[in-house]
Amino acid sequence: MTTEGVEFAGHELARASLDACVKCTICETACPVSAVTPLFSGPKFVGPQAERFRNGESVDHSLDYCSSCGACTLACPQGVQIAELNSQARAVMKADHMPLRDQLITRTTLMGMMMTPVAPIANAALRNLPIRTIVEKVIGIHRDAPMPPAQTQTLQGWLKKRKVPMKAPTRGPVVFFHGCAGGYFEVETSRKSIEVLEYLGYEVIVPKQGCCGLAQQSNGLFDQASAAVLKLCDELRGAGKDLTIISSSGSCTGMLKHEAHEIMGVSDDKLKDVGTRIRDMMEFLLDLHDAGELPTDFARIDMTVPYHAPCQLKSQGMGQPAVEVLKLIPGLTVVESGAACCGIAGTYGLKKEKYEVAQAVGKPLFDMVKRTNPDLALCDTETCRWQIEQSSGVKTEHPIWMVHRAYGLS
Amino acid sequence: MRKLAVDVVVIGGGSTGAGVVRDVAMRGYSAVLVDRADLGQGTTGRFHGLMHSGGRYVVSDPLSATECAQENAILSRIQSSAIEMTGGYFVTCPGDDPAFADKFLTGAAATGVPAREIPVAEALRNEPRLNPGILRAIEVGDGSVDGWQLVWGAANSAKVHGAQVLTYHSVTRIDREGNRVSAVHCTDLKSGTDVVIECNFVLNCAGPWAGQIAHMAGADPVDVIPGRGIMIAMNHRLVNRVVNRCIYPADGDILVPVHTVSIIGTTDVKVDDPDNLAIERDEVQQMLDAGEVLIPGFRNARALHAWAGARPLIKDKRVSAADTRHMSRGMAVIDHTERDGLDGMLTIGGGKLTTYRLMAEHIVDAMCDKLGEKRECRTAQENIPGPEPTKNYVVTHRLEEREHDRLDEQIICECELMSRRMFTEALAVQPKGTLDDLRRQLRLGMGPCQGGFCTTRATGIALESDHIDIERANGLLRLFLKNRWIGLWPILYGDQVRQTALDNWIFQGTLDIEHLPQQMSEVAL
Repeated sequence: MTTEGVEFAGHELARASLDACVKCTICETACPVSAVTPLFSGPKFVGPQAERFRNGESVDHSLDYCSSCGACTLACPQGVQIAELNSQARAVMKADHMPLRDQLITRTTLMGMMMTPVAPIANAALRNLPIRTIVEKVIGIHRDAPMPPAQTQTLQGWLKKRKVPMKAPTRGPVVFFHGCAGGYFEVETSRKSIEVLEYLGYEVIVPKQGCCGLAQQSNGLFDQASAAVLKLCDELRGAGKDLTIISSSGSCTGMLKHEAHEIMGVSDDKLKDVGTRIRDMMEFLLDLHDAGELPTDFARIDMTVPYHAPCQLKSQGMGQPAVEVLKLIPGLTVVESGAACCGIAGTYGLKKEKYEVAQAVGKPLFDMVKRTNPDLALCDTETCRWQIEQSSGVKTEHPIWMVHRAYGLS
Repeated sequence: MRKLAVDVVVIGGGSTGAGVVRDVAMRGYSAVLVDRADLGQGTTGRFHGLMHSGGRYVVSDPLSATECAQENAILSRIQSSAIEMTGGYFVTCPGDDPAFADKFLTGAAATGVPAREIPVAEALRNEPRLNPGILRAIEVGDGSVDGWQLVWGAANSAKVHGAQVLTYHSVTRIDREGNRVSAVHCTDLKSGTDVVIECNFVLNCAGPWAGQIAHMAGADPVDVIPGRGIMIAMNHRLVNRVVNRCIYPADGDILVPVHTVSIIGTTDVKVDDPDNLAIERDEVQQMLDAGEVLIPGFRNARALHAWAGARPLIKDKRVSAADTRHMSRGMAVIDHTERDGLDGMLTIGGGKLTTYRLMAEHIVDAMCDKLGEKRECRTAQENIPGPEPTKNYVVTHRLEEREHDRLDEQIICECELMSRRMFTEALAVQPKGTLDDLRRQLRLGMGPCQGGFCTTRATGIALESDHIDIERANGLLRLFLKNRWIGLWPILYGDQVRQTALDNWIFQGTLDIEHLPQQMSEVAL
C-alpha cells in the first residue's frame, strides 16, 4: 500500500471536482474505450464513482484500460476532472505494479538516441515478424503495433549541417520546441515547421532540449515525469526571456500547457511561465491570421484530405486551428474525421493486452480516412499519425506539411 | 391471533435490544425481540457512526471513557467486518484553549484510553485538508462503525442461538398478573395480525421510547429524555481518520469518515417527542460552521444528506433538565421493583453505540440476579457472524468486489457500487421489506445522486420478484423518494442542488411520477 505519487495539491483539486458529478453519464457516452470493450468500466465508474472508495490502496487494476485520451473530461458539462482522477489512480496502482515494458517505452529520448545511428538495422528489426514476436512475448509490445521509423539524421544533426537562411529575420526571435519525436523520428515535420517560421520572417532558436515526460506521466511514473518536465522548462527558458515558444508536437505542448499541472500537480513558476508562452504550430499561425499578419498567397492545391484532431489537441481547448488555417489554401477541401480517438493514446495501443482495444477504437477513423483519400491524411500528433498510417495504410502527415507546400517551400 | 411463549421479551430493535437478545439467547433463555419498525431504524441508524476510543469523555465522563476504550477493543475484534479502524485525532483549533490538551492527556492516562501527542506537521501530512492553524494534535484509537451491520450482526447471532426477531411488530399492551409482567401484546404491522407473547421477563430497550413502554406496563414515567442531534453527510471522505476538536464536549466537534462519506456532528437539544425530530436551519448552519473550523473550505464541499437522531439520555439531578449535552453518557439500568413495585421488567437507558455489548451484559446480569440464577455472559468471546474471525472493514471493499464481478454483474446503485445480486439476495431475505429496509443493509440510494438513478432500477427488479405487484412497486418507489427528500431539503445548496434538479427532471419529466396509477392507500411499510 502506498500513497506516493498522489500526495500533492493537484490530486486534492481533482478529488474535490468529483463533488460536481451529477451521474448524468455524458462522459460514458463520450468514452471511445468503453464503447468497444467491457474490460473498461467507463469513465464515470473509474473516475468520480471509484474515487470515493479509494484511500491510497489500489484495488481496481482494470482502470489501466483507460487510455487517458481525456474525452471524458472534455465532455463533462459539470467540470469533473475525470481523466485526471483516473491518471492519478493509475499512478498509485503503478507504484506497486510497474511492468518493465512501461518503464522502457516511456524512455522516448533514449530510444531515439539508440536507433538513429543504426537506423537501417533498427527499421529492419521493426519490420521483422520473428523479432517482433519475441519482443511481444518478452516485453509486451504487440507485434503489429506501430513503431516510429528510425531516421538517419536527427533534427540537431540537420540544423548543424544545413545552409543558414540568407534572409535576415524581420519579425524577431521565437523558440522552437521539437519534443523527442520531433527530434529523432519526425525530423521532417520539425524541419518544415522551422522553414515555415523562417519564411514568415522569424528567427528560430532551437535550444538543446530533453523530454517533456508525457509518456512517463501517462504510464503513472509521476516522479520521473515531473523531473523531466521541469528540466525541459529550464532548457526552453534558457533560450530567451518572454519569447513565444512554438511546437509542432501537439501532445507534448498539452503536457506543458496543462497536464503536468492538472494531472501531476506540478505548480512550479517555471512551468507556469513556459505553459503560458507555448503555442501549438497551427494555433500560432491562426493567431497570426486573426491579427492580419499571416501572408495568404498560398499556391493552389486541388485535393480532398481527411483531417483528424487528436485527443490531446482537443483537450487544450483551442478548437481546431489546423482546419481554419488549411481552409485558406485554395483548392484544398479538408474533411474533419469526427472520430473520437485513433486508439493509440500515446503508448496505450502498443501494449499487447490493449492492442485489439486500440484497433477497435480507431476503426471508424481508419475507415473514414481510407474512404476520403487513400493517399493522404493529416493529423497533428506523432503517435496518432503512426497509428493511422499503420492501421489504414494511408500516409499521414502533420498539417504544416500542407502549409509548407502551399508556400512553395516543397 | 398468534400466540408465543418465551422466557424473555426484548422490546426495541436498536443496538441495545439486539445486543440484549443475543446475550439472553447465549445464556440459554428462549427469547423474542420485537420492534415496531426495522432493526436499527431509530437512534442506532441516526448517529455519525463513531466507534469511540473513549477520548471524547476522558475529561468530562471518565467512567464512560474507560468503558468505551474497553468495548472498542472487544467490538473491533468480534464484529470486525462492521468496524473500520480509522484511528482518530483530537486537534486544538485556532482559538481553542491549548491547555485542554494537557487535561486530555492526563485524563487519558487515568482512564486507560490510549492517546499520544504527535507533531502538528505529522497530523497535517496525514490529513492534508485539516486546518493548517491547528496548535496541537493527539492520536487516539477512534474508528467508524456501520450501525446497521452492527445491529443485524448481533440479531443474526441471536437467531443462531435460538432467538426470534420480529420486526414491524408494535407493542400495544403489556399484561401483568399481580405485580408481575406476564405477556406482551403486539400487532404485526405488515399483516395486521395480533401476537401475544407470554413471558417471564421483559427487558425494555426502547431507547428514547423506553418511557412510553414503561408506561404501558403501568410503571411511573422513567426519566429518559430524548436529546436530539443532527448530522450531515458530506459527499466523500474529507478525512480518513476521525477528527475531534480537543475541547470540552460541544456541538459540531466531530468529523467521522464512514464508508464513502464523512459525517459532521452533532447538536444536542432536548425534545419531547422522539418521533418528531426536526432538522432546524440554524443547526445546519451551525454544523457547517463547525466543519469550516476543522476543514477550511468545508462549506464548499458537497453535502448529501442530513438527519436527526434522539439520544436516550437518563435524567441527571446534577444538570438542568434542558441541558442534554451534559447529562451522563453512562448507562443506567432502572429496576422497576424498587421504583414501581413492578416485577419482571427492567429498563435500560443512556449508553452509546460503542458500549452496546456492555449495556446488554449489565441488564442481563441484573435480570439473572432477579431470577436468582448464575449464568455467564459470553458475548465478548464469540465472533459475529461466525466462529471465523473476519477482516476489519476498509473503504476499498466494494470497489475490490466490483473489480472481481464487473464483467458478470449489473451495478444498480452506482454511487455506492451495489450490484444486482446484492439487491436480489437481500430482497429474498426480506420480501416484504421497503426499499429503505434494503437501503439500510445495502446503502442503496445513499450516495451523491440520493436515489436519482437507482430507485427506478431497484423498483423494477423488485417488481420481477413474486411478492410485489405493480401497485406496491409504485408505492415503494414513492415512499423511498419521499424519505430521501426528508434528508435532502435541509441541505439544498451548492452542488447538491444541481443533482436534485436533475433527479427531479428524471422523476417528473420522464417518469411523470406524480401521475403514476393511484392506489387506495399509500405504502407506509
